[in-house]
Amino acid sequence: MDGGRAMTAASLHDDAPRAAHGMRTGTSTAGPAPKRIIIAYGFWLFLLSDIVMFSALFATYAVVAKATAGGPTGAELFDPTNVAVETALLLFSSFSCGMMSLAMEARHRTAFHSAAAVTFLLGLGFLVLEMREFAGMIAQGATPQRSAFLSGFFTLVGCHGAHVAVGLLWLVVMVAQVADKGWRTTVLHRLMCFSLFWHALDIIWVALFTIVYLMGGR
Amino acid sequence: MFGKLSWSAIPINEPIDMIASGLMILAVLGVLAWVTVKGHWPYLWKEWLTSVDHKRIGVMYVVLALVMLLRGFTDAVMMRIQQSISVGPDSGYLPPEHYNQIFSAHGTIMIFFMAMPFIIGLMNFAVPLQLGIRDVAFPTLNSVSLWLTASGILLTNLSLVIGEFARTGWLAYPPLSELKYSPGVGVDYYLWALQISGVGTLLSGINLATTILKMRAPGMGYMRMPVFCWTSLASNLLIIAAFPVLTATFAMLLLDRYLGMHFFTADGDGNPMMYINLIWVWGHPEVYILILPCFGVFSEVVSTFSGKPLFGYRSMVAATMAICILSFIVWLHHFFTMGAGANVNGFFGVMTMIIAVPTGVKVYNWLFTLYGGRVRFQVPILWSVGFMVTFVIGGMTGVLLAVPPADFVLHNSLFLIAHFHNVIIGGVVFGVLAGYTYWFPKAFGFTLDEGWGKVSFWCWFVGFYLAFMPLYYLGMLGMTRRLQHYDDPSWQPWLIVAAVGVALILAGILALIIQLIVSIRTRDRRRDVTGDPWNGRTLEWSTPSPPPAWNFAILPHVEREDAYWQVKRRTREERVAAAKALVYEAIHMPVNSPTGFITAFFAVVTGFALIWHIWWMVALGLAGALATTLIFAWRDESEFEIPAEAVAQADRTHQDAQWTGAAP
Amino acid sequence: MARPVAATALALVLPGLAGCSGGVLDPQGPVAAQELTILLDSLGIMLAIVVPTILATLGVAWWFRAGNARARYRPDWEYSGRIEMVVWSIPAMTVLLLGGIGWVSSRDLDPPKPLAGTRAIQVQVVSLDWKWLFIYPDQGIASVNRLVVPAGTPVSFQLTSDGVMNSFFVPQLGSQIYAMPGMITRLNLQADKPGRYPGISAQFSGAGFPDMLFTVEAVPGDAFDRWIATARDQGDPLDEAAFRRLAQPSRADRPRTFRDVTPGLFTAVANPGAVKPGP
Repeated sequence: MDGGRAMTAASLHDDAPRAAHGMRTGTSTAGPAPKRIIIAYGFWLFLLSDIVMFSALFATYAVVAKATAGGPTGAELFDPTNVAVETALLLFSSFSCGMMSLAMEARHRTAFHSAAAVTFLLGLGFLVLEMREFAGMIAQGATPQRSAFLSGFFTLVGCHGAHVAVGLLWLVVMVAQVADKGWRTTVLHRLMCFSLFWHALDIIWVALFTIVYLMGGR
Repeated sequence: MFGKLSWSAIPINEPIDMIASGLMILAVLGVLAWVTVKGHWPYLWKEWLTSVDHKRIGVMYVVLALVMLLRGFTDAVMMRIQQSISVGPDSGYLPPEHYNQIFSAHGTIMIFFMAMPFIIGLMNFAVPLQLGIRDVAFPTLNSVSLWLTASGILLTNLSLVIGEFARTGWLAYPPLSELKYSPGVGVDYYLWALQISGVGTLLSGINLATTILKMRAPGMGYMRMPVFCWTSLASNLLIIAAFPVLTATFAMLLLDRYLGMHFFTADGDGNPMMYINLIWVWGHPEVYILILPCFGVFSEVVSTFSGKPLFGYRSMVAATMAICILSFIVWLHHFFTMGAGANVNGFFGVMTMIIAVPTGVKVYNWLFTLYGGRVRFQVPILWSVGFMVTFVIGGMTGVLLAVPPADFVLHNSLFLIAHFHNVIIGGVVFGVLAGYTYWFPKAFGFTLDEGWGKVSFWCWFVGFYLAFMPLYYLGMLGMTRRLQHYDDPSWQPWLIVAAVGVALILAGILALIIQLIVSIRTRDRRRDVTGDPWNGRTLEWSTPSPPPAWNFAILPHVEREDAYWQVKRRTREERVAAAKALVYEAIHMPVNSPTGFITAFFAVVTGFALIWHIWWMVALGLAGALATTLIFAWRDESEFEIPAEAVAQADRTHQDAQWTGAAP
Repeated sequence: MARPVAATALALVLPGLAGCSGGVLDPQGPVAAQELTILLDSLGIMLAIVVPTILATLGVAWWFRAGNARARYRPDWEYSGRIEMVVWSIPAMTVLLLGGIGWVSSRDLDPPKPLAGTRAIQVQVVSLDWKWLFIYPDQGIASVNRLVVPAGTPVSFQLTSDGVMNSFFVPQLGSQIYAMPGMITRLNLQADKPGRYPGISAQFSGAGFPDMLFTVEAVPGDAFDRWIATARDQGDPLDEAAFRRLAQPSRADRPRTFRDVTPGLFTAVANPGAVKPGP
């Protein structure tokens, strides 16, 4: 049939040895990327999807920002000092997370563990402040059930907070993994993903800080 | 102790419910008993349930989809019977509370649990083979995705036996879906089932997009990828961009229902229209998530069975990506009748029509692929030509609905129902069935029976026209959707015709089942020894059928599109010389893992507990899922080695088979 | 040109069309008539492309079948710039034309746009579980499941919902529009001739949805005045309390009228918990 019927798979590989050794001739012809790149890329796509989810919550918040149903408004509730401290804690935790990555590159356990501990404490501090803010609002009757605005506020900010909490849990697990398994490849890959995740939370916080607290606080 | 759950949740007093659940339970028990008696459990567990092989995961997705096709179709039959007899008040055999569950379940199941798994299954199976690689980017995650989808399916079907399903339509518009108007657990079943399976879908989208973007065989630049890979890429990018919106939207509705928040409620300054906007920001890309891979299947099939390259490959790629982007700026056409204003409606109407341009280009390119070909009328091409004819009609009525004033009188009518079944059946269902027939021999090593395949095609094709053309007309008469009964007796004859059409589609489905049974029984006669039963053009046909776990002994080096066709054009001497130069190496493949299956088990426990407000069980389920993740994270073996000799032996056997099979 | 094509095609595709009347195909007002025209014109334009495409697909596929020795096999033919030009421009031109129709007609037939002619009758529509309440604010009366309007006079609607969403739709008069809680939508329709036109909810709203029917009765002007006068004299007054009783879920309600509708009732329904802070 058209001379195409008879063939061997082998003929696909005239230059098989070259292909097998992954000679680089430009990105599109190089063959599958190294595992580390694939993992980082996949995780990055996940973060993008997470950001899309946040943008749905942001859009919702923008729609309901004035829908207070006669209840308290953002300007009445937000405490700029508290938010500023929260922001500082989170940004510094990103810095210490960067230090953690450097320690990882240097395979320096002590530095790694100290940087992780600092990151954890800063993240925890952020969460505690956020919980305090929430508790204060609820005590004033500004509960998520009070109005669409408050539903939107608690959900958006709370969703970010939940991410931070998950990040803290993840950090604990990673510290345990380093202690237990050492610097093996899978652990390094996961630490790289954690670091991407932690920085993404910063980016989301900056958007959140601007849209919710700066623009809504007035 | 058990939240809202009590014995009254089991619908003892509703005979139709009880018969349906009884049959379902019997079927499940029957399958389980058969597996147990035959002693297949160890095989099933080791080779399938814990498999991380993309081909097996793909096959399992398709099995889920086929089973759910039967469930969703049963709902369709019940609705058609109801509407063909229910003229006048309180008539028909289904009371409203039951009928309303049926149409909600039909839509939910067909979109989320039939079409989606079918598409994802085909992509999982074919994409790595077409790309010339050994697996997807994240094999264990792939298994998690599959089993999370299965969890959603299980929860949805559980609602038949314990409790009820949503009575709100397949998109659960608030305020109707809010606690005040839907106090039962139906909406909760709907929401949790879709949240869980939605996570699976999102992870699968990330996985496949990473695979396509970062893991192609050496030499396979973007413009050398088979078109199915392109359309899969577009579809998976859409999944990544659209599904998180669905997750957020459902999460807010859940917060309204569980914590009394006010996102979409009528009171507390909530805004139900926001839900409708958000759900369609997901919903419109969703239809392209479904149809784009099918366009890819048709491209492969039309080109293969015409014995020609796809006409206008670059045009097809451009059209695919144009549709991918445009699909995000048309969502408002789903609610022109909400009073958004003339300019907004006009804008979204025009944008919607613009999508028809790349789609039209695709149809013409398929036409010119057939032109000058040597078209072999086997089952896959029948589905494809049937699609081309049917889909242009569906596209036309779609553009008609995009004209805002036309939509003002056709919105929510049976015309709309006919339109989207026209594109979903004529496009997606025909597409997945074409793909199923096309890749079946690759997956199982034998072809499907042609005769029964043709019977099935003609029953589906004619049945579709009989079932849905009358609905176009009824829509123009002003019959709206979701009517449990109606007053106008002049509608009834058309609804009876539609019911006859559905009976014909039923025959088409039965023919598919018979085809499968007949083909399995006669499989020894229909073995595909060469691995290339259709004289294919892309890399999957260069592997044995079924392919070994590692797909390719040595990753192929690609020099242009239609990679395998180019190889088949070389002389025998060239190929023998190339074969001699091969150096085989050991291959590392990921080990199987029960992580996906166990995670899904805990997802079902958590979902069920959330639906029934059994909080201790929620904690238990979440703890179980966390523990499963940790155990996975702590495992030491993630890959195993296949020695070079084994690879070499398998590959040489395949090469011999290719030569023998080729002898006339 | 387009009209006859569309009409012929429609008659072919849908046999028996000529014998039936009703619904969108039997318009009884200016809005419905224009919408049907737009619908058929658009259909005609597209059929002019779609029918040849379908025939060409079938013809090409059949002519180039493997068994046909007369068909020339061109195994490497995969591109032609000229053909690509044509296949992009055919749908593009069609869409350009239809897009024009869509854009212009979307502005012409925008539901809130007042209709030309005499001063419009004001009607406020509230969708309830599962019935329709029509309030005539200028006349101070209200009617359930029966909308009486003077023939040949524009009617200007404001719509809201007391609970779930519905869609107010009279197929023979044209445009439907959603009735939504907490929001007011607007619609303008007119019935040209006296007659009875069925109305429905076109958005699923729960168990009683199929019975959420109403009748539009277009009557001559003097008959309308008489109906208003009668309604003012009989029935119960409609204040907040009576409205709450009426709003209880019920199915297939018989038409009835109310007198002395509390002014501002509609606004109160549209803005639940209406205590709004500041401007």
